[in-house]
Amino acid sequence: MTNVWIIPAIMAGSFLAILAVGKRLPEMGRAAIGIAAVAVCFVLSCIVAFGWVERVNDHSDGREVVACGNEQFQEPLYVGLEMSPELEAETEASLEESLEEQSLEGAAPLSVGENAASAPATSPAAFAADYDDGPTPPIVCSLTWFESGMGADGNAISFEIGTYVDGLSVMMLFTVTLISLLVHVFSTAYLHGDRRHTHYFAFLSLFTAAMLFYVLSSNTLQMLVGWELVGVCSFGLIGHWWEERKNSDAALKAFMTNRVGDMGLLIGIILLFFAAGSTSFSVLHLNEYALSGEANTTLLLIGSLCLFAGVTSKSGQFPLHTWLPDAMAGPTPVSALIHAATMVVAGVYLIARLYPVFWSGLEIGGSQIHYVALIGGLTTLVGASLAFVQTDLKKVLAYSTISQLGFMVMALGVGAWTAGVFHLFTHAFFKAALFLGAGSVSHACHHTFDMREMGGLRKKMPITHGTFLICTFALAGIVPFAGFWSKDEILAGAAAGQGAGAYHLMLGMGLITAFLTAAYMGRAYWMTFWGEYRGHAHPHESPKVMTVPLIILSVFATFAGIINFPFYWFNGVGIGAHWFEDMVQPTFLFPPELVVADFNYWIAGLSVLLAVGGIALSFSYYQYDLGKGLRGLTQRNAVAGAGYRLLENKYYLDAIYDGLGEAMRGGIARGSYWVNQNIIDKIVDGAGVGAREVGKVTYRYVDQGVVDTIVNSTGTASNESGDAFRKVQTGKVQHYGALLFGSAVLLGIVFVIVQAIVNS
Amino acid sequence: MRFELLQLAAQLQPPVEVDAAGVPVVESTGSFWNPLTYTVFLPLAGALLLLLVPKGNEALVKLGALITSLLTFGMGLYLLLEFDYSESGKQFFANIPWIEVINSRYIVGIDGISLPLLALTVFVVPLCIIYSWNHIPSPGNPKAFFVLLLVLETGMIGSFIALDLILFFVFFEVVLLPMYFLIGVWGGPDRKYASLKFFLYTLFGSALMIVAFLALYFLSDPVMVDGALIGSFDMTLLPDLAAAGVGTTAALWIFGGMFIGFGVKVPMFPFHTWLPDAHTQAPTVGSVILAAVLLKLGTYGFVRIAIPILPEAAKTWAPVIALLAVIGIIYGALCCLAQTDMKRLIAFSSVAHMGFTMLAISSLTDFGINAAIFGMVAHGLITGMLFFIAGSTKERYHTLEIARLGGMLKQAPRMGWILGLCTMASLGLPGLAGFWGEFPAILSVYQPAEGLNLAFFRTMMVIAAIGTVFAAGYLLWLYQRVAFGVPSEEFENDPEITDVQPLEWVAWLPMLVLIVVLGFLPGLLFNTTNPAVVESLAALGG
Repeated sequence: MTNVWIIPAIMAGSFLAILAVGKRLPEMGRAAIGIAAVAVCFVLSCIVAFGWVERVNDHSDGREVVACGNEQFQEPLYVGLEMSPELEAETEASLEESLEEQSLEGAAPLSVGENAASAPATSPAAFAADYDDGPTPPIVCSLTWFESGMGADGNAISFEIGTYVDGLSVMMLFTVTLISLLVHVFSTAYLHGDRRHTHYFAFLSLFTAAMLFYVLSSNTLQMLVGWELVGVCSFGLIGHWWEERKNSDAALKAFMTNRVGDMGLLIGIILLFFAAGSTSFSVLHLNEYALSGEANTTLLLIGSLCLFAGVTSKSGQFPLHTWLPDAMAGPTPVSALIHAATMVVAGVYLIARLYPVFWSGLEIGGSQIHYVALIGGLTTLVGASLAFVQTDLKKVLAYSTISQLGFMVMALGVGAWTAGVFHLFTHAFFKAALFLGAGSVSHACHHTFDMREMGGLRKKMPITHGTFLICTFALAGIVPFAGFWSKDEILAGAAAGQGAGAYHLMLGMGLITAFLTAAYMGRAYWMTFWGEYRGHAHPHESPKVMTVPLIILSVFATFAGIINFPFYWFNGVGIGAHWFEDMVQPTFLFPPELVVADFNYWIAGLSVLLAVGGIALSFSYYQYDLGKGLRGLTQRNAVAGAGYRLLENKYYLDAIYDGLGEAMRGGIARGSYWVNQNIIDKIVDGAGVGAREVGKVTYRYVDQGVVDTIVNSTGTASNESGDAFRKVQTGKVQHYGALLFGSAVLLGIVFVIVQAIVNS
Repeated sequence: MRFELLQLAAQLQPPVEVDAAGVPVVESTGSFWNPLTYTVFLPLAGALLLLLVPKGNEALVKLGALITSLLTFGMGLYLLLEFDYSESGKQFFANIPWIEVINSRYIVGIDGISLPLLALTVFVVPLCIIYSWNHIPSPGNPKAFFVLLLVLETGMIGSFIALDLILFFVFFEVVLLPMYFLIGVWGGPDRKYASLKFFLYTLFGSALMIVAFLALYFLSDPVMVDGALIGSFDMTLLPDLAAAGVGTTAALWIFGGMFIGFGVKVPMFPFHTWLPDAHTQAPTVGSVILAAVLLKLGTYGFVRIAIPILPEAAKTWAPVIALLAVIGIIYGALCCLAQTDMKRLIAFSSVAHMGFTMLAISSLTDFGINAAIFGMVAHGLITGMLFFIAGSTKERYHTLEIARLGGMLKQAPRMGWILGLCTMASLGLPGLAGFWGEFPAILSVYQPAEGLNLAFFRTMMVIAAIGTVFAAGYLLWLYQRVAFGVPSEEFENDPEITDVQPLEWVAWLPMLVLIVVLGFLPGLLFNTTNPAVVESLAALGG
């Protein structure tokens, strides 16, 4: 696990290989390089993941921050704990108990570190008694990247580059490599015969390399490098078909919007660097500082808000989310990989990675509302409501992604760390599958994504339909699909809150979104797969290389929930209750007072009800709209959630549906969309246009008019004095004459000045 | 004067001896026949030899120029290999009498600050000569062209190795004339105006600079040479001599003189208006050298001369430098957005980028100066490359009007990708060289040297960060217009529009490789500059 750097290195190698020889290979050859590289990375990631699980479970060995390559992490502070043999025998249940105990005792890692320094003197048993289970420290390896400046100790300050392996990064490794692998495979068919096949696969490799580099970063400076590199790959892939202005505009918009957020990120990283003693960008160092109790909370607050500006753009949070729907101009597998499953969650990952900074900065533990949680909540609503007015299947999914990213951010905002990260994990699978499903549909329908030209595809594309349906359920949060478990944890987390009580507003927003999500997905699902076919192509099921990734992803979308199952039903297969939490949630340098909410039956029931209601509602609405199966539909609605009385008053119901639908389509959503396109988007556009205008004016009047004129007049003056000379000297020489004369005059003046200074 | 063919070991500057009264005693050390002497005068010797070659024999002229520049590059490599990177003092040091009347001496030596810039110079010139192989701009005459180029190289190298103010000044001025002719003879339609403006403006700066040097000479404490007290131009001694002799007000004035002298060369807002004209009119190779090396003479002057010698005055001036630097960043970017000509846009982007470098310098911290030197090298490579591409674009399309270009990726895909890489590098993408000049520069102003106003510098930091957004704006806008889309009807079937030619590959590839390598291994540069930078700021108290 100290050699995880190999994983991104393999992908970088694959990028170079495709770039170097790709053009000379047949299509399959290029793809094969990429696929083979990702496959190897996936296997390695799985090995790393098993290694990590073993590390968490194995209490006797490897409990320190492994330092390799660099001396710095051998400081006593970071040395972990030796576990006593007695503890090994303990059951999972008591293990969890002890974890809770530890958090109740408030055993901050810092105090652990202080004791660890004196640990050799005390017996292991006594030590264990103090700290029960003890944290599982990450494995950090680093080398000196460069040296700059002089530290207080008289040595040069060294900046590291390294890898950071813990549950979170392992989870990301697994997710990124798996989805990248499936997307690579899917792309062989989807991009078959594309005009820039080589570049496509090269960029895919580069992206995967950059993303892995990012998630494995051991310090924020390195994260920034990865962060920007994935951004540039996104730019390149959105603009993949750059012949059309629309596509290159979208690419530019994505890059520019992200650049605005990155400005915040840049400042945030700088701020935290100086706040934490201006010697290191290390994640460990920053987190340690944030939890030390001596941290300057104002700086942490400003720093975390600046970082959040980066998150806002990268992870499509309101109000910088507008680039994400436009980014759908890129090839669909790219949308699945970059704009749904991996790159856009980089922001969420950033918060999760530097959680102590956000925790202390925003005082998550002691508040009921703060900026991050609020923006997260708002984004879920904005995304979900906008998803309604889309007729483009990919845009529905794009807005849905925005909404779900909002969910994740909100989760982290309300202190539900594991829930947010778990949602990132499950969302990656079902949303990637939905995008690939959309790609499969479009592949069959003459490359259109317009749902008005689809319909009735469920019979023609059974596999695509089946997987799409499963993932729709998963996204809507219907029991027992993966999305339910993660979304429910978020809602439960918001309901439980942290020290200061429930995050009521966020809970409300989450519940509304749960309903909206189900409804718009029901609509999209219906428009695509039900009714009559309205297009002009001859739809057919996609080839196996496209359907197999879909099937694999939907298997994950169905069963991924059990790995953080709240009960002990799956002990038999080695998955205890909250297994994901035990494996992924850090126990080292993590807010000790963070409370993990229990499974909440009320919330779970309510959200399922809302989700089922949402799907049923939209489904029946569209069936009714076409005038078919009216009677049966109302009955089904009644089953779904209304009562006998509502069944009796079916017109009354329909009126509500109509009103609701109209309000949704005509008012709220269209209004939000209008605001989105005409205000928020226009401000972004306007800022660009305005800057150019200001630039033009500055250039024309100030630069060319004033500043330059002054310069020119000086030149003219000496030229004129030169003209006087021309009576004596002729021809070409006049320029030099003017020159010499001008400079002589100047020299004379300054000599006089200097004389004055010297004499003074 | 001892005669030794080659001094093999990197000779360190010996410690300065003082007499009983505490006056430094100057004694000659080292030999004139020092590796640095060979490096600096090799191009000049080559140029003189070229003069003997008949004008008609173009092949021999080209070959001679190339061999000379490659030999110089070889000397540069030798210096890079022999340099002791853990040492902070001057190496390959020599100090021998030159103009004894005024005690101006031939003092040469390099340290971590000058080495990267020296290496950049000897690296870029051969590439320029290779690029010019078949691209001698009209009106031709390769002999004169290459002779000037080699003389220029001597001037540039000399400026980076000179440790005597007069010696520095001479080399600094030697640079001026060849560049004046390069622009004035081989330039674009408006070359007369542009070259004159360039010459005048720089000369104006030089005038103030030499006055400042003279004032330093007269006001600083004297040194002991052959038993007599006399003023000194020795850059290595002047920090101490000036600290003792120059009063606060005089120091401010002297710094002001150097500020304008170097500021014009950088160029800093509002002294920058010569730059777009010079760049636009200069032949491709002229633009490349101008961007890659000449602008660095200004920033190098601040780092090597102005700040170490007059640290207290530097502190007073720092807010002014920072303010002008930040104005330059934003203003340069705004002007870029208004451009319709590709070369002019790149020229204005230099104003913005040098703004970042000056901002880093204004922090007066080791971190900032390191960033500034990185920024100089990175800007030299990246903007140099951008000018190369602009030149090749002009050659193919016969225009640089952004509105008329388009679809380069379609007609010359490799060139389009190279342009893409360079724009990304230029806008400071991490993983490429530009980032390490930009990000640490912004970072350094958060915590400037002690005694500087924190609130002010932090405001500057935020504005500079906004500048990075603008940079992305104009560069991507340029790239979209030039590379994306489909070629216009005008150029659709133009046979002259070819992809990157073999000679262009030879000239460009080394630069591109360095841009990427420095992007991933910034330590190569930071670790070299750090010891010398830390030492040069000793007078500022760390």
